[in-house]
Amino acid sequence: MEYLLQPWPWYVSGPLIALTMVLLIYFGKTFGMSSNLRTLCAIGGAGKFSEFFKFDWKGERWNLTIVLGAVIGGFIAVTFLSDGSVIALNPQTVSDLGVLGFSDAGNTLLPPEIYSWESALSAAGLVILIGGGFLVGFGTRYAGGCTSGHAITGLSNLQWPSLVAVVGFFIGGLIMTHYLLPIIFGS
Amino acid sequence: MKTIKFLLVGIFFGIVLVKSEAVSWYRIFEMFKFQSFHMYGIIGSAVIIGVISIWLIKRTRVKSIEGHEIELPPKEKSIVRYILGGTIFGFGWALAGACPGPMYILVGTGVLTMLLVIAGAVLGTFAYGLIKDKLPH
Repeated sequence: MEYLLQPWPWYVSGPLIALTMVLLIYFGKTFGMSSNLRTLCAIGGAGKFSEFFKFDWKGERWNLTIVLGAVIGGFIAVTFLSDGSVIALNPQTVSDLGVLGFSDAGNTLLPPEIYSWESALSAAGLVILIGGGFLVGFGTRYAGGCTSGHAITGLSNLQWPSLVAVVGFFIGGLIMTHYLLPIIFGS
Repeated sequence: MKTIKFLLVGIFFGIVLVKSEAVSWYRIFEMFKFQSFHMYGIIGSAVIIGVISIWLIKRTRVKSIEGHEIELPPKEKSIVRYILGGTIFGFGWALAGACPGPMYILVGTGVLTMLLVIAGAVLGTFAYGLIKDKLPH
């Protein structure tokens, strides 16, 4: 039980993520979380504006069920399967984040400097959260998948387009982390 | 059972991603700083096990739970859309620190401000649907 409550090491987590993918393939589906965003658009009536959203979203209810499960899983993990350990980040990471104005990095899953209500509802906070989400939503559909569809499933299936997409994920992520975050959080 | 199995997979996925800390903004930052092996270990071991699993699935021609042939849809051949789309995704991933799975999971962990990110992601997907025919693919 003790091992269950501590943070899980990468060599346990990675194979369990692969198991998630295999289960979905065995269930006759695929592992692709970003498809739900398109489904949500379709449910909201986006089909009136673009053919891209004209499809029978009822066939995608299985994937929305996974979303509901994921929310419940997140709740279970922090409520019943946590011993309150801090995230064992590299001390250099903690120090780099300190320079950017993030204190106590790793004490929570997400930085309160971005995700507390106070930060989130400031003008800059709204731009960061909605803008960050917008980039994820736009980029993932343009690239035809996200981390689950490309980095896990696509690479596992040795599909080179997914490798190109993952290279793109890293180009964007590296530019943001090394050049843009220091500007945004104005050190 | 038809629906419940997807609910259970979702719950399992949510627990794994929280316990692995892959849902943490800090872990994503650390990954892009190349300051820890943790995230690379997670993705790398998932892909290695994934490659072996999919190879076995194809080789043994195992049928799905409903008795159908298992097919993995091929990805469209292109470079432009994957590089451009991927880069835009990467900007958002490193900024918000969450990709489309963790967004939902984090709401479950009690971070309700994540709903703003989800709203942004739905808007972004909608915007892509509006202008996709004008974009290079």
